[in-house]
Amino acid sequence: MYKTQLDNVVYDFKTLRNLMAKASPARSGDYLAGLGAINNLERVAAQWVLADIPLQQFLNEALIPYEQDEVTRLIIDEHDETAFAAISHLTIGDFRNWLLSEQASTEALTQIAQGLTPEMAAAVSKIMRIQDLILVAKKCRVITRFRNTIGLKNRLSTRLQPNHPTDDPAGIAASLLDGLLYGSGDAVIGINPASDNLEATRVLIQMLHDIIERYQIPTQSCVLAHVTTTVKAIEQGAPVDLVFQSIAGTQKANNSFGINLNLLQEARQAALELNRGTIGTNCMYFETGQGSALSANAHGGVDQQTCEARAYAVARKFKPLLVNTVVGFIGPEYLYDGKQIIRAGLEDHFCGKLLGLPMGCDICYTNHAEADQDDMDMLLTQFAVAGGSFIMGVPGADDVMLNYQSTSFHDALYLRQVLGLRAAPEFEQWLQKHRIFGEENHLLPSGEVPDVFKPALQKLS
Amino acid sequence: MTTDNSSLTAEDSWHSLKQFTSARIALGRAGFSLPTKANLDFQLAHALARDAVNIPLDFGKLEQALNALGYKTLPLQTQAESHQIYLQRPDKGRLLNLASMESIQCATQQIEPPDIVVIVADGLSSNAIEKHAVQFLELLFPRLRRFGYLLSPIALVKYGRVAIGDPVAELFSARMCIVLIGERPGLSSPDSMGIYFTYQAKTGSTDADRNCISNIHKNGLSYGQALEKLLFLVSESDRLQFSGVHLKDETSHTSLDKRNKPTNFLLD
Repeated sequence: MYKTQLDNVVYDFKTLRNLMAKASPARSGDYLAGLGAINNLERVAAQWVLADIPLQQFLNEALIPYEQDEVTRLIIDEHDETAFAAISHLTIGDFRNWLLSEQASTEALTQIAQGLTPEMAAAVSKIMRIQDLILVAKKCRVITRFRNTIGLKNRLSTRLQPNHPTDDPAGIAASLLDGLLYGSGDAVIGINPASDNLEATRVLIQMLHDIIERYQIPTQSCVLAHVTTTVKAIEQGAPVDLVFQSIAGTQKANNSFGINLNLLQEARQAALELNRGTIGTNCMYFETGQGSALSANAHGGVDQQTCEARAYAVARKFKPLLVNTVVGFIGPEYLYDGKQIIRAGLEDHFCGKLLGLPMGCDICYTNHAEADQDDMDMLLTQFAVAGGSFIMGVPGADDVMLNYQSTSFHDALYLRQVLGLRAAPEFEQWLQKHRIFGEENHLLPSGEVPDVFKPALQKLS
Repeated sequence: MTTDNSSLTAEDSWHSLKQFTSARIALGRAGFSLPTKANLDFQLAHALARDAVNIPLDFGKLEQALNALGYKTLPLQTQAESHQIYLQRPDKGRLLNLASMESIQCATQQIEPPDIVVIVADGLSSNAIEKHAVQFLELLFPRLRRFGYLLSPIALVKYGRVAIGDPVAELFSARMCIVLIGERPGLSSPDSMGIYFTYQAKTGSTDADRNCISNIHKNGLSYGQALEKLLFLVSESDRLQFSGVHLKDETSHTSLDKRNKPTNFLLD
């Protein structure tokens, strides 16, 4: 079934899993795992074969056995046959044609989302160019709510990430205020704690809560501790808005993170019971990234982009406010250079949106990767053109706790200028009310501190 | 270029916040973008960090320094044969080469199985190990000995990843494993050291089995803070007989802080 002949060479890919890996655009992680195509011709041969595979085949042949993996069971058991009906007759190649056609309107894409499996999304992405990934993702619309509205048309939100190497409250507050004064923070104000210490986590949760209350900021907070730590904090009465967890696309990889589906379910339930969202109940924040399953030696022979898409099945079950693919964080062993990072970011955004998720991207790189600010600007611009839901806001793009480079407050303002993208409406009103943004939704030229923050700053001078 | 032309750029009036963090705040703007000076500052830091990744650790010097303090050492290497391979093949950085396995087997014949094996690996920042490892071990060893723990020679691993502790601990039949490793260099901290702790580390242990103490450098955790956290993990895991995500670091947050009450100008 998975055979072809190209240029007088016969290729037999044997299994769907192998075919997917060989058809994947080149990236270092798949070579590290020994899964990638050995040359360009083999890759293209696999793409030709893949284009002829019916979407239906992905329901018949699981890439990781149903009996062995709860993520596979989730994907199969919760597949929506009715939603799938409209496209069930298509091959992967014609699914691409359909996605690009006018038939695939925003409404049509929304209707099929629950009928798609992650593997179908991953498969079609492998035969799409960057412009295809952008065009189709831009047609998808995924809207979520907690205290504001994420994902509306022509809007771009930002996660304000005021990390500090020792979780010093004043240090965090300094970066946080800098971010607010640059108009950042509508997706979430989210801190990566330096340790997974329960007491420290509670202090940070309380602090973010108090700041959001005191200054009446229409946004939500999150301390990105392990889900079990957050649940303990909830039990002890901490005012948790969003529950965070890193997730991956195989049961084994999730186990290596110390989680499973039940644990996530319990955590979501605990957060829902706090009932802290004012306009919606999307209370989960997930992070993912290509290579995480391989890094945990838990990929089961599945290529890293498909593993990543499978993580979105996990995310989808828990109706998150935000899903963030942290695309360049893991390092050059998985995504070698700017070219690989850029494509991965756009693939992840496409697959996530197609499956119905509020996708943001931590556009980032580490200092041992072959990448620089120019590469980040390329992905930043393309991601925003594709209608990405949110990006990170890190002071000067330099995260002094996690030791990597992400996007800055200035980067978001660049996108607002060149593409006319606005913040979430509730947050935008707050920015205008305090004269941080003017009516054009740009920073006001003065660089003055708004009245609401003057007392806090006056104490320091 | 030391300053920007003030008629073309706008300064931020909240410079006073810089006293609280090394993060790049109050950078000002040209239009809404980064002024030239801030932009070049970033490029300079990136150049330094890129170069830091490629500086090899002087293991000879490290060994001499530790031996001079009376600590026994055991030089080891992973299956990564070069720095280039080390960067691209994390799997090789988690496995010992044959000669190193033999060295450990040879060493174990002369000693009792230790309670704790301590490993120092270069990781992604030789700078971090060069600056912090000896000083930290000087504080750590007397404390562990006071608890009565039997310690192995310090394993010095070239081209090591975090999980290299697993085979080393296994070969030593050690109950607990402490790995000191150079973390990926950040723009503002090219010399950050991390510590990973695992109870009953063995081949196949996962990240969920480990506890991590990261960001040990001049703007991050102090040696004293890291030491208290590590000793807590050692004694708690010894009592509970496990480590990892289920072993919560419950050292009081504020007791680690020099000041009594953490202050926050946005709320106080």
